[in-house]
Amino acid sequence: MNYFHQGLVWINDPLNWTNPGGLLDRLGEHLEISFWAVLVGCVVGWPIGIWLGHRGRGGGGVVTVANLTLAIPTLALLTILPLTPLGFGKPPVVVALSVFAVPPLLANAYTGLRQIDPETRESARGMGLSGGQMLRQVEIPLAVPYLAAGLRTAAVQVVATAALAAFVNGGGLGEIISAGFGIGLSNGGAGQIVAGGVVVAALALLVEAALAVLQRLVTPKPLRAVQRRRATAAVPAG
Amino acid sequence: MSFLSRATAPVWPLAAPGDNGPGNPWFSWRYVHDNASTLVSALQYHVGLTARAVILALIVAVPLSVLAYWIRPLTGPILALSGVLYTIPSLALLALLAPLVGTTTDTSVLIALVLYALLVLVRNSLAGLTQVPAEVRDAAAGMGYGRFGRLWRIELPLAIPGIITGLRLATVSTVALVTVGSLIGKGGLGDLILVGFHNNFYKAEILTGTILTVALALVLDLLLAGLGRLLTPWTRERTS
Repeated sequence: MNYFHQGLVWINDPLNWTNPGGLLDRLGEHLEISFWAVLVGCVVGWPIGIWLGHRGRGGGGVVTVANLTLAIPTLALLTILPLTPLGFGKPPVVVALSVFAVPPLLANAYTGLRQIDPETRESARGMGLSGGQMLRQVEIPLAVPYLAAGLRTAAVQVVATAALAAFVNGGGLGEIISAGFGIGLSNGGAGQIVAGGVVVAALALLVEAALAVLQRLVTPKPLRAVQRRRATAAVPAG
Repeated sequence: MSFLSRATAPVWPLAAPGDNGPGNPWFSWRYVHDNASTLVSALQYHVGLTARAVILALIVAVPLSVLAYWIRPLTGPILALSGVLYTIPSLALLALLAPLVGTTTDTSVLIALVLYALLVLVRNSLAGLTQVPAEVRDAAAGMGYGRFGRLWRIELPLAIPGIITGLRLATVSTVALVTVGSLIGKGGLGDLILVGFHNNFYKAEILTGTILTVALALVLDLLLAGLGRLLTPWTRERTS
């Protein structure tokens, strides 16, 4: 049995794309869940990281939070949250995924503000900039490459982890794989499983590539040599 | 509708909800007590799978990082390849591996775990090796150490802190990742979580599985940190 051939056959059937619950539906759900999760992660992670970096303290806390979330299984949050007042459906999945998006966003925002040359800060203060002005005009622009790196890590991770939402019927491309296992390996489900795996993997790599380009675009030229991708809190949770 | 876990995961014996209090508590000692043997066997399986995955990954990662350290042009490709593997979602990797090696054993989960632990270990042990000071290497060469002698007696011992850091990160994330194996009913404590979810959202089972997973990760992390201190007595003397 050539499973990859079966997978190719499955993926080449247009009905598998356009059927209700087909690839296109699932892809839409997947991107929707991921988008909201990353957005929530940004809204929570960036302000805290920027504020802590601006104040220059709480570094130990940032590392602790990042390490602690490494130990929490995604599956646990995905199953626990629907049983809380959040209820079933997309909200608990979005919240669960955003929990794993926060550490890379937070840590990179913090590092981005901390790596700014103290002399730059001093001269900004010497020019009479207030704390808020310094944050807006000096610190955040200089931290943009790090913010972008955090966004890339977080988004790739969320897109990868969103596949696990299928464990709790949360939708997304993982449903293709889990439905394939439901059919059974020997009953023709193998092709669907392989096809689902290929699509999920391709989507993750595509998002990674697209955000790498975005990261390069938003990084000013002089900063490109210094900036490199931070591996902080990159969890293979998905 | 996800049919898979009902079909493939074994159904654990369920204890009746606690006598007093609401019918579905978040935690119940009664559940823990009545299902002790199930919990212990899931924990044992979880520890065993984690240990096998991390040790296998270490056996592959250290030679790879030495190779990248000796032959600098290989560093880029080795890190890039493991980076791409790391980006592929675990569920996708499992979906690609499971039909090939079958779902009756946990081989597919093991392979996926090894591949994920690989990047962390290679990156950290390479960082450990490259931070060996050039003077130390020169001194070792001056004392007549050959390439392998220098590696074995000087460079690898000095790289231990980096390797231990990688080992801790890899172990903690592997413990969490094993739960994904419950897709094919080979997820150790993850099976408890998922089966609890499918057994009418039995909260005590879900939370007990979660607590055990997190506790296991923290305990293993502490053990490895202790091992690192034992293996590198010189770093303590320098700081004190």
